[in-house]
Amino acid sequence: MADYTTIGKSVKKIDALPLALGIEPFTADYPLDSPLILKFMYSDLAHADIVSLDASRAEALDGVAGVFHFWNCPDTFYTTAGQGYPEPSAYDNRLFDHKVRFVGDRICMVAAETAEIAEEAISLIDVELDPLPALFDPELSTDPDSPRLHSDGEYMPIPVPYEPENNIAASLDIPLGDVESGMEEADFVVEHRYTTHQTSHAALEPHVVACYLNPHDRVILITATQVPFHVRRIVGRVLDIPIQRIRVIKPRIGGGFGGKQEVLLEPYAALATLRTGRPTFCEFTRSEVFVSSRTRHPMRVDFKMGVKNNGEITALVMDALMDSGAYGTHGLTVLSNAGAKVLPLFNKIPNMLFTGKSVYTNLPVGGAYRGYGATQSYFGFNQHIDMIARKLDIDFLDYCKKWHIKKGETSEIFRALGEGKEGVSQVIGSCGLGECIDVGAAAIGWKKKRGSKPSGPNGSIRGIGAAIMMQGSGIPKIDMGGASLKLNEDGSFNLFVGATDLGTGSDTILVQIAAEALKVAPEKIEILSSDTDLTPFDVGAYASSTTYISGGAVMKCALAMVDELRKVAAEALGVDALVQGSECFTDPESGKSFSYEEIGYRSFYAKNQAQLQTNASHTSDVSPPPFLAQFAEVEVDPETGIVRVVEFVSAVDCGQAINPALAEGQIEGAAVNGISYALAEQYVFNRDGRVTNAAFGRYGMYTTADMPKMQTFLIPTHDENGPYGAKSVGEIGINGPAPAIANAIFDAVGVRLYHLPMTPERVFRALQESRSEENHSA
Amino acid sequence: MNGTITVNGTEMKIDFDPIDTLLDVLRNNGHTEVKRGCSKGECGTCLILLDDLLVNSCQVFAATALGKRVTTSTGLNEDGRPHTIHEAFADAGAVQCGFCTPGMVMATHSLLRESPDPTEEEIRAGLVGNLCRCTGYVKIIDAVKLASKRMREHG
Repeated sequence: MADYTTIGKSVKKIDALPLALGIEPFTADYPLDSPLILKFMYSDLAHADIVSLDASRAEALDGVAGVFHFWNCPDTFYTTAGQGYPEPSAYDNRLFDHKVRFVGDRICMVAAETAEIAEEAISLIDVELDPLPALFDPELSTDPDSPRLHSDGEYMPIPVPYEPENNIAASLDIPLGDVESGMEEADFVVEHRYTTHQTSHAALEPHVVACYLNPHDRVILITATQVPFHVRRIVGRVLDIPIQRIRVIKPRIGGGFGGKQEVLLEPYAALATLRTGRPTFCEFTRSEVFVSSRTRHPMRVDFKMGVKNNGEITALVMDALMDSGAYGTHGLTVLSNAGAKVLPLFNKIPNMLFTGKSVYTNLPVGGAYRGYGATQSYFGFNQHIDMIARKLDIDFLDYCKKWHIKKGETSEIFRALGEGKEGVSQVIGSCGLGECIDVGAAAIGWKKKRGSKPSGPNGSIRGIGAAIMMQGSGIPKIDMGGASLKLNEDGSFNLFVGATDLGTGSDTILVQIAAEALKVAPEKIEILSSDTDLTPFDVGAYASSTTYISGGAVMKCALAMVDELRKVAAEALGVDALVQGSECFTDPESGKSFSYEEIGYRSFYAKNQAQLQTNASHTSDVSPPPFLAQFAEVEVDPETGIVRVVEFVSAVDCGQAINPALAEGQIEGAAVNGISYALAEQYVFNRDGRVTNAAFGRYGMYTTADMPKMQTFLIPTHDENGPYGAKSVGEIGINGPAPAIANAIFDAVGVRLYHLPMTPERVFRALQESRSEENHSA
Repeated sequence: MNGTITVNGTEMKIDFDPIDTLLDVLRNNGHTEVKRGCSKGECGTCLILLDDLLVNSCQVFAATALGKRVTTSTGLNEDGRPHTIHEAFADAGAVQCGFCTPGMVMATHSLLRESPDPTEEEIRAGLVGNLCRCTGYVKIIDAVKLASKRMREHG
């Protein structure tokens, strides 16, 4: 391994201590001058026309500055998806509409001096809703008799199928080879249906935005976002104001996980500020976050695989039905990633067919969520592979090791399936999955425990299961990040990046990358990130892109700075062949050196005066996948159906970990989120489509009391495409818990769980069904 | 309504509405180190000490706190400098987004006061009212162990 000074070191996260104290400001911590508070009025019907809206009593209330609704706001269609331009998501959303499409959809908004006045004003607004039939079952969305949600001129900004007349927000049809003959070649076929459910990102900081006009009449937005530059562009378009007039600042943000890749509140705050001239502040309540922000898309996935007795999968058919909810944000790309981030993993399948639809329903809106479709798909995929291995009487891990994609190999899926267009061919440049499997298996005691079904306490039975997975590192040929760097006369540097640290520690990682190239201590670099006035463009924090794409930009930028520094040092020493040392350049002949500080003073004040400054941008033609093997040991209580995860092991290949502690943190956080998703978290709806458990206390998110013993291993590889060999690590860890736990439950008690979450009731019923089948066959 | 509370050793005169919670009043008076995650007492981001009792400040009316002592994360050390617990969280890699951390620090402080050398089970029980989505709690538990060790070694 290369001899790095900063890369691969668990440098302390640069904002950790002030964050621990609580003195690093988040959006809600910025003092505003008497802001108006924004509150929304929501629909309590799942589907209805707004027949009339009379806000006169509310507007007359003392302390109310404005009521905003369809009849007095821009009616531009847009998508809240914070994606590149043009977004591969349907333009089916307006600020306000004359229709509501789920319980919790926006009717109107009040701006008032206090939250209490705003709430009172909402109670004074007279709204007449004409109920329409509601659609809750995505399987019925395309049925000709089902109600239609969007019929007002909604459209797709890119040339891909969009059929609102059939409630289809997006669809896919990716044929590779000939699946019919592939199935005929098979000795046996395994076919099952799997379903996954809505969950909340549950970032501890709710969605929040502050807005004001500066003295130059510019719109300043301080916001908890993963995508500041997309916010600026989308707000400009929706409100028809120049991008130039908008400045978006992302302070510290309290977690994102995809939930803040939505441009949800910013257009409203900007609108209210422009209309009233006043600062505005809008902060979702926790209940609003659950119901009216975004969820993980539920997905029904059918897998059918034809297998030869030698283990070869001769054909794979995957059909996915994704419930997009009332709006189609990320409707195409989450769906496509359910295939794109999963199917290449077993790249020797010659015949494949991946079809899918994203459909509208009158339910809360799906969106980007860590894992982005792969999570939904891997739940079924890894169970399917477990079943195939068992049928072949081969150990699951041995089977995976034989058939998974390896370094130097490719998959047709990479070429065929991209983000709203064809994908990009790539050859795998690094793959440590085999070692991940071995290390994880040894850590959890796979060989000894698998199939042994030992008894646990109180009549419970233990089992062990695993899952393997890949993700990507950014979106190839689409994602772009920029960086700039300037030298100060004390030899320190300012690094400016558009990249967005949502708590992951990317600011620290980008500083480490710059420090390595510059050969300085990380403390010598001050980073400023995510301010659309001050920093270069970056698409933002999503698609596991920041370390790989933004890090690539920082590395280029820092290496360009090294060239600039070298020129000044060469001029000063009168020697061309200099060696870069720690914070200096040295003439190997004379031993003389010229420090960065001397370079700074010279270039500022003495000779050929100039501000040394470099810029770089980075895109990538490939998206090197990180790989991960995850293992769960569970305890199943057959009397109650309660499943407890006893131990959970992850072994990940994220290339060169820039900061091992931060990389581990990504996997640990994702894993516990994934376990909680698999076993506990869910939205409970009543028959009217209302979420009945929109509070932490009734939602089921894991606490310290629930989490298992955890072990996480980083398996080093080096990917030539990434900065210092790095790949991504942010999303992948959430994909494995559900299938690993399902496979472990089967190992323990011999029943399959095809539906998430695997609640005690579902496990108990599955056990009951298997017992009654046994009785029938006996 | 108005009155006085003592926040981190400094008397603070406050004007407030009867409906205002202690969290509202603290944040409105510059104590933004106390975070608002749910307003229902279910996430632990707004934990403070009221006299010596660990409470979710969103669940306490401001009026209840009149004449009492409030200690927030920035008041754990009299001079406002980081406490051993803050340093342990930073050093253990337990801070990701950091939104839950001041509350976690307060819960840790209460736990270690009662149980200076807690078992893992005691740590888990002590932090059960604090939600975190970023870390999976792994390095948070490490941080509590590190803080406990350092506080026992250095007093």
